[in-house]
Amino acid sequence: MGVVEMDDNMKMRAQLKGDYVEVKVLMSHPMETGRRKDDFGQLVAAHFIQLVTATLNGKVVLEAQWGTGISKNPYLTFRLKGAKLGDIVAVTWHDNLGATATQEIAVTQG
Amino acid sequence: MQRRNFLLGLFSLAIFAPINALAAIWNKAAFEAIKLDDVSKNLNVNHETYSGDIQITAPDRAENGAIVQVGIKSNIVNTESIAILVEKNPTALIANFKFSNGAEPFVVTRIKMAETSDIKVVVKAGNQYFTNSKNVVVLENGCG
Repeated sequence: MGVVEMDDNMKMRAQLKGDYVEVKVLMSHPMETGRRKDDFGQLVAAHFIQLVTATLNGKVVLEAQWGTGISKNPYLTFRLKGAKLGDIVAVTWHDNLGATATQEIAVTQG
Repeated sequence: MQRRNFLLGLFSLAIFAPINALAAIWNKAAFEAIKLDDVSKNLNVNHETYSGDIQITAPDRAENGAIVQVGIKSNIVNTESIAILVEKNPTALIANFKFSNGAEPFVVTRIKMAETSDIKVVVKAGNQYFTNSKNVVVLENGCG
């Protein structure tokens, strides 16, 4: 165990819609609660994203703490005021086993 | 035995240093709390005022509790954070979103619901807390 980098497991879109930018994120993660049993009746260990951070041009805009109640392959939409075309939105998550992933994208016209 | 635990503690501290930094941020007590009141206590909420300025968009009935899409928009001035709770889940607190630097107090996500329950939202604005809720009928347990 330790810090595991995961690539290509986040899909992102940041679109300018009038006076705000809408960011949509789809993450690939099992989000195991620690209460589910596998086919052999064994409890599957908890494995879930605990922290999601989003930045706009390097400045933190959203900080989310999550528990096990977020659905598998988490989906997230948020909106930013004052963002322009070409600005960079980045999203990073950290899970309870030390894995992390990050993805960034430029704002496009919606 | 105590010494052994102490050494084990040091050992894991060395390996999991980045996780421990994360653990310092993550509100373990609030996320492990079972009852709404205990979540509120651990989020330092002492008094909540009902507010219709919190809009909750969620289905009236959810076929599958594993994926219930919920959207929240706060029209309360100076909203700093939005917490989502499900009263009848094994642990009530789902998520706590903190907004800054021009992020609107708006979020859409998908949550798990064990059974028919209220989705409760708690908004922090300055030193005040506001709340609203919406009931969702769940036909199939989504908490596995």
